[in-house]
Amino acid sequence: MFRPRPEGPGAAVAVSIEGRTVTVPVGTSAAAAVLAAGFDSIRETPVEGCERGPYCMMGVCFDCLAEIDGAANQRSCMIEVQPGMRISRQIRARTIDPEAG
Amino acid sequence: MTEVELAIIGAGPAGMAAAVLADELGLDTVLIDEQGAPGGQIYRAIERVAPDTPLGADYLAGRPLAAALRASRVDYRPNTVLWHADPEGVLFLATAGRTATLTARRILLATGALERPVPIPGWTLPGVMTAGAAQSVLKSSGLVPEGRVVLAGQGPLLYLVVAQLARAGAPPAALFETAPLENYLAAARPVAGLWAGRRRLLEGLGLIAAVKRAGVPIRRGMRGLRAVGRRRLERVAWEGGELAADYLLLHEGVIPNVQIGLALQLRHEWDEAQLCWRPAVDAWGQTSLPNIAVAGDGGGISGAGAAVLTGRLAALDAALWLGRIAAAERDRRAAPIRAALDRERAFRPALDRLCRPARPVMVPAEDDVIACRCEEVPVGTVRRAARLGAQGPNQIKAFTRCGMGPCQGRICGPVVAAIIADTLGKPIAEIGTWRPRAPFAPITLGALADLEAADFAPQVDS
Repeated sequence: MFRPRPEGPGAAVAVSIEGRTVTVPVGTSAAAAVLAAGFDSIRETPVEGCERGPYCMMGVCFDCLAEIDGAANQRSCMIEVQPGMRISRQIRARTIDPEAG
Repeated sequence: MTEVELAIIGAGPAGMAAAVLADELGLDTVLIDEQGAPGGQIYRAIERVAPDTPLGADYLAGRPLAAALRASRVDYRPNTVLWHADPEGVLFLATAGRTATLTARRILLATGALERPVPIPGWTLPGVMTAGAAQSVLKSSGLVPEGRVVLAGQGPLLYLVVAQLARAGAPPAALFETAPLENYLAAARPVAGLWAGRRRLLEGLGLIAAVKRAGVPIRRGMRGLRAVGRRRLERVAWEGGELAADYLLLHEGVIPNVQIGLALQLRHEWDEAQLCWRPAVDAWGQTSLPNIAVAGDGGGISGAGAAVLTGRLAALDAALWLGRIAAAERDRRAAPIRAALDRERAFRPALDRLCRPARPVMVPAEDDVIACRCEEVPVGTVRRAARLGAQGPNQIKAFTRCGMGPCQGRICGPVVAAIIADTLGKPIAEIGTWRPRAPFAPITLGALADLEAADFAPQVDS
């Protein structure tokens, strides 16, 4: 997992990760928050169902795809945490709920 | 539709420097960037830097650039994705799910660099990241990886990240250097550049000393690296040993981010010294299309200091092109910038030789290593398709789905091209590269539907 550096700014923003509340420093990306919460993987791949974690952390590799505030397929490394943000792992391919409109 | 004189894509050192100078020269300038704050990758989160930052003095060099941008009249648009650009200068942007269009008389691509993919066995396991990824997390939020952290590969950034993590209270367990011994001999050859580039050389030596001071063991000449584990990384193995590890941070140098330039069909060249594709540009960054220029590492890797300078040269040339200054003034103002650029680049040829990736980094030996992370296509499948007659990356795409996932070949592109070249016994320069298409980043149908009908109306000259 990732943790705040000893002399660092300290945790200040509370977010929900897979239903669990975690507090992380201001400026943390949603992907880094998932690592700080102790999760190794952030998604399961669409083809083989393999566990994946963030790889590049700069919006290039798309291995950090996650569901953020109900929207699937988000590059979680490019999205900064906001208080109350809900972050969930992306399991396989995104499914569309036709009822949701 | 909004019309501007100059649109700059990317707010890293090149984009910020170009935007500030273009504004000074009176150009109506817009600066578009995916991140929420200026800085690019190298100066990420520079405006929030803590006084006791473990990131070092080189990082702080980005602060005045960002401050100058904020003080300028540049129309800076953060959190904005460029998802399509047509060669005539119409840009399609998305911000928070809303779409906007913009017409620019001139476009400057300052899209920077990305880390070269490092396709070793197990590189898709959670716990395996790039060294730059860990550095990005440290810059944005001060988080550090916990447990036994191994950094492997070569190049200045690898040593820099080890030193920064050590200063941040998270000293890595080991640094595995993969540069072949012959690289050291090759790098020492041209003594000429070493004196002019002494500042960069001394910086490099300082980094190695910092790693040693931090007590991080360095092992050189490492071969056959593998990431091993079931559901996540458990250990790092190599020819002759293994070590339990929680994180493996890989780095084999950086390559230009050419995605948008390739989509615009700018002429590109294979750079044999840096083993990457880069746009063909003149001394001002002018590309093969008259209204499009490139600045910074996106035009060839020279580092952040050079990126600032090429950004300024491109701004001067834009001012000439848009009729704001005469050629004599452009050249006069460029002269000191060129002199500084020569100093910045003097050490680069030696560095390129020192940091030339070993052959297995370019072409994985094992058939079961994943080549395309998105579509989960192994090396062996790419090889078979090449033997069956796929002559280049675009045919491999049709044969194997490589490059058709969400990253659109940004990560697997160099790997796939090198495998095809190796299989067919041809130089990579002949194999070519993907032809990426819009959208450059995935957008929702909702964002697309947000386009106003007027934006689609053909431009008719009256």
